[in-house]
Amino acid sequence: MFLQQMINGLTIGSFYALVAVGYSMVFSVLELTNFAHMSVFMLGGYIGCTALAGLGVGFPAAAVLAIGGCGAAGILLDRFALMPMRRRGATRVSYLICTIGLSTFIQNFIMLVFGSEAIPFKETFVNGQIRIGNAVVSYMQIGIVALTLVLMALTYVLVYKTPAGMSMRAIAQNPRAAKLMGINTDRIITFTFFTGSALAAVAGLMFGSYYYSVDLQMGFTVGMKTFASAVLGGIGSLPGAVLGGFLIGILEALFAGYISSGFKDAVGFLVLIVVLLIRPSGLMGQKKVNKV
Amino acid sequence: MNEILKISNLKVKYGNIRALKGIDMIVERGKIVTLIGANGAGKSTTMNTIAGVIKAGGGRIVFDGQDITNKPSDLIVRKRIILSPEGRQVFPYMTVTENLKLGAITVKDKGKNGESLQMAYELFPILKEREHQMAGTLSGGEQQMLAIGRSLMSKPELLMLDEPSLGLAPMVVREIFRLIRRINEMGTTILLVEQNAKMALSISDYGYVLETGTIMMEGEAAQLLKNPKVKEVFLGG
Repeated sequence: MFLQQMINGLTIGSFYALVAVGYSMVFSVLELTNFAHMSVFMLGGYIGCTALAGLGVGFPAAAVLAIGGCGAAGILLDRFALMPMRRRGATRVSYLICTIGLSTFIQNFIMLVFGSEAIPFKETFVNGQIRIGNAVVSYMQIGIVALTLVLMALTYVLVYKTPAGMSMRAIAQNPRAAKLMGINTDRIITFTFFTGSALAAVAGLMFGSYYYSVDLQMGFTVGMKTFASAVLGGIGSLPGAVLGGFLIGILEALFAGYISSGFKDAVGFLVLIVVLLIRPSGLMGQKKVNKV
Repeated sequence: MNEILKISNLKVKYGNIRALKGIDMIVERGKIVTLIGANGAGKSTTMNTIAGVIKAGGGRIVFDGQDITNKPSDLIVRKRIILSPEGRQVFPYMTVTENLKLGAITVKDKGKNGESLQMAYELFPILKEREHQMAGTLSGGEQQMLAIGRSLMSKPELLMLDEPSLGLAPMVVREIFRLIRRINEMGTTILLVEQNAKMALSISDYGYVLETGTIMMEGEAAQLLKNPKVKEVFLGG
């Protein structure tokens, strides 16, 4: 059973890791917790799964549609809601409230377009399974973990090896100096929203496929746990977000398997509280250095 | 007269406070021009307004014949004006090399970056020794050198230095000023803001004295150094 639960944990951990990276990226450039992110994830699930199962377009096309829809949502969100606030020097708390409002807006938009009932699917992107020892691994689980790792590697290359990623890190560390070096900070911030939203879109699509349905609860339940993952790993740290996501996924699966599946949603938060008591900056978070 | 920067009647307000009350300044190409004045006189405000991070409330800033008043900061850097800000402001969690490369982020021809990097390391050999170290772990003097080196990576025509001697030991200050001269001799025009007025005037060609948002005095740096009023207020009698 241990092996089985580890595999299940890695799978759900993949969803958490992908979404958590988006939280962390936006947090690092803006010091803002973007609560609209969970709704963007859900939007990805709805668009992707409807395209995959409803229109039968195949996984790559469904992913492109989901990324397109969510990426556009991310860009619009920053351009029309957050950038005007940034220009006027809004306080942190108004930003936060604004993203909660945007989250509700996207949720209701989804309800309007797709209806309020859960949408079940029969089809998924890959069928079949293999046995490893006494554990059963579906090809879909392998696909989810593999795709997640590929996306994480691409994100790593983007953030650490390209000029755009370098600009993101510069803004995260010192936004004023980044501006003075000639970085168009608004453009980079919008691009950060796009990247995070695109990752959430793929996560939403895979999540919906894995559970054979999408519903209006998925945003909030996954959103809260991924936020916890990002904080657990050290918010602002990308490797931390990935670690936090997989850790919470695995703990949840083990807890469900050995102790109680009814309380599995609580275990991640319990661990989060304990870790934060010992390491307030999270597992891989950096302590802020005081700027002179 | 070959002027690279011309500021006329520049005004800046912070809410109801008039930080700059209409100043006129000229920076000649190839020179070192310094702006001295007490705390809160508006020196940093002037620099930041030129750099495009503070909005001007009136007046004009002309660089190389083009009006750059209130243009976005990334465009100003592309026009090859750069500000090395007060307090160094290096990127603490990036290595020395990464910091330098960031300075060249607006340079289109990436092939040239290797050359610029070599030049920066030649000017500041200590940075070469520390190239893989995180910038946040450098000493104050090293961070200042990194900040100047980073600014040079954008190949500026006009380099603005805001308080490069702030908080540094006297020996390090002398070294920094020597390097500023050297950068100038290599062809970069420099606009310098300093509290250390004596040191600043001694390496400059021309100086402006700023007092609560107005230019009180201007002249050849050597003349200002001898001026009784300047002596009394800034040079400790």
